[in-house]
Amino acid sequence: MSLRHFLLLVLSVAVIASAIGVVWSRHQHRQAYIALSTLENERDELNIEFGRLQLEQATWSEANRIEQVAGTRIGMKFPTDEDIVVLQP
Amino acid sequence: MSARSNYSPRNRLLVVGGILGACFIVLVARAAHLQVISEEFYQQQGDARFLREIPIATSRGMITDRNGEPLAVSSPVESIWANPKELLQHPDRLPALASALNIPLDLLTRRVSERADKEFVYLKRHLNPDIAAGITELGIPGVYAQREFRRFYPHGEVMAHVLGFTNIDDIGQEGLELAFNDWLTGKEGSQRVIRDRRGRIVENVDLVEAAEPGKDLALSIDRRIQYLAYRELKAALVETGATSGSVVVLDVPTGEVLAMVNLPSYNPNSRVGADAESRRNRAVTDVVEPGSVMKTLTIAAALEAGKFTADSLVETAPGYIGLPGGYQVRDFRNYGTLTVTGILTKSSNVGAIKVSNELTAEHQYDMYTRFGLGQRSGSGFPGELAGVLPAPNRWGPTEKATISYGYGLSVTPLQLARAYAAVGNQGRLMEPTFVKGGAGEGTQVVDPAIAKQLMGMLETVIGPEGTARRAAVLGYRVAGKTGTSRKAAGGGYAAKRYAAVFVGLVPASQPRFAMAVVIHEPQGLEYGGGAVSAPVFHRVMDGALRLMDVPPDNIEQWFAAQAKAKAATPVAVAPAPPATVPAGGAP
Repeated sequence: MSLRHFLLLVLSVAVIASAIGVVWSRHQHRQAYIALSTLENERDELNIEFGRLQLEQATWSEANRIEQVAGTRIGMKFPTDEDIVVLQP
Repeated sequence: MSARSNYSPRNRLLVVGGILGACFIVLVARAAHLQVISEEFYQQQGDARFLREIPIATSRGMITDRNGEPLAVSSPVESIWANPKELLQHPDRLPALASALNIPLDLLTRRVSERADKEFVYLKRHLNPDIAAGITELGIPGVYAQREFRRFYPHGEVMAHVLGFTNIDDIGQEGLELAFNDWLTGKEGSQRVIRDRRGRIVENVDLVEAAEPGKDLALSIDRRIQYLAYRELKAALVETGATSGSVVVLDVPTGEVLAMVNLPSYNPNSRVGADAESRRNRAVTDVVEPGSVMKTLTIAAALEAGKFTADSLVETAPGYIGLPGGYQVRDFRNYGTLTVTGILTKSSNVGAIKVSNELTAEHQYDMYTRFGLGQRSGSGFPGELAGVLPAPNRWGPTEKATISYGYGLSVTPLQLARAYAAVGNQGRLMEPTFVKGGAGEGTQVVDPAIAKQLMGMLETVIGPEGTARRAAVLGYRVAGKTGTSRKAAGGGYAAKRYAAVFVGLVPASQPRFAMAVVIHEPQGLEYGGGAVSAPVFHRVMDGALRLMDVPPDNIEQWFAAQAKAKAATPVAVAPAPPATVPAGGAP
């Protein structure tokens, strides 16, 4: 086998290998992108859930409601001036 | 046999081979044509059938108060839409769809058949995701769900005017939602996907542009002070039978808006039922003739001109004064000889006119302008008014006199709070802002010494001789000024329609809050700023000072009150200020 033929063989193998490499990396890219978008979706869903929970918390902690609950259900009251003691350093 | 002799397998092979070869060459040529020469065209055609760029929905930024409590949150909802072309091929499923959507069958049929040649029609928007899932699970052909975002306001009408609201497409329509729309709105992204014939996504191919979610906005508003102001303003309106009112609380050192409340209000969570009357943010879009609260600025000009000191004597007897044009201006009663301080303490109109007679119109006008009257405050709130302050070359002697005690010009409640905040801020006028940390540098409008003198004078208004004893807050020194103006109506002043105004600063030794209270048309026998608006100041500030941990600057008063309470058993009565209203007293 002459050097020419050897070179041709090597180059042909290289071409085929790089072609397969392109296909493979393209496949990898798609796989990775799918994984990425799944994770992003997951993140968005969690963010949305977080927003919903914040909204729920804000609704529960609405000042008017807190005041009602504190006053009626657990009998809290605002300290009157006589109940407050001022300490001077 | 001759025919047979012609037979040559070799020739036949050549012919067959030639035909096959020609076929092969044609195929190769065609393939080359497709793959090489027209490749672009066919690639495009293929992509056009399966590749799609679809938008990535993004949510609007959250609005929080200064402590990070959410005030406006976007939450996902589902909108049900249909492709009429597909849906109309299955008319038997329409009744099931109508009942699932909870809309009448004939309405649904009409809506879909009107758009029979289109490919998109909304059936119902902004549904709870669970309900929407139930509808799509029916599997009716041509019915799809689409994610959208809807704005929720957990604090409802307490925050309604400041925040404003968005429309059904999540675009700000009023208030800060409108002012900061660009900041809050996200940027839709897009991604490339492969879809099959039915429009289902087979594969995500590529990200074309990442979605940018809307940015959050932290306001300077304090949710707790806002609620307090709302509760107390509402109580005052109920108590006095007033038609409307506004409260503005500013942080004196920075000019940040801590609370801004108007009544009547509306529920921003429902898009129907609110009329324009209740949607206005009156604190910035309505003007009022300020009345006596203007005297402070007139006195500021007098002090600056050097013609008066706090102790200069002004003769106000006999308690009325004639103006050119036959008008007569009266004091509440004859106060005799007053000091300049006394003019503010007693709120003497005659005194204010006598003082302004010694001033030039230009100087008076300049002083009012420097305190921000007659110009927009720079808060950036949509629809903010500048108020009306006529130029001095249009002032006659009557105007010059009436403006000195607050008639013949108009201001917004925000402007009032801002001007007084400047007095409390050692003469430095700040630009009010709704954004946490958004304060500017401010401008020095009067000498700090004059501002300090004014503070001293304003403290006497809350004192035992003053008009605003009910504004006092136990343990704190309070400075402020009352105002009562008759409302202009039909070219004159209405007989029984008043605006009760109070603007105050607390604690007076180093002011932290400036608060303006404007209440329109109180119905009771007592309609003045000292009787109607000052108690609102007292109640809101009493709570706000505690919430913001402001140390008392008048502990002696506290001890005196406690000693008195101990002496007077069994039930203690607080001295000048009324006892603190217990929490839960709101209607």
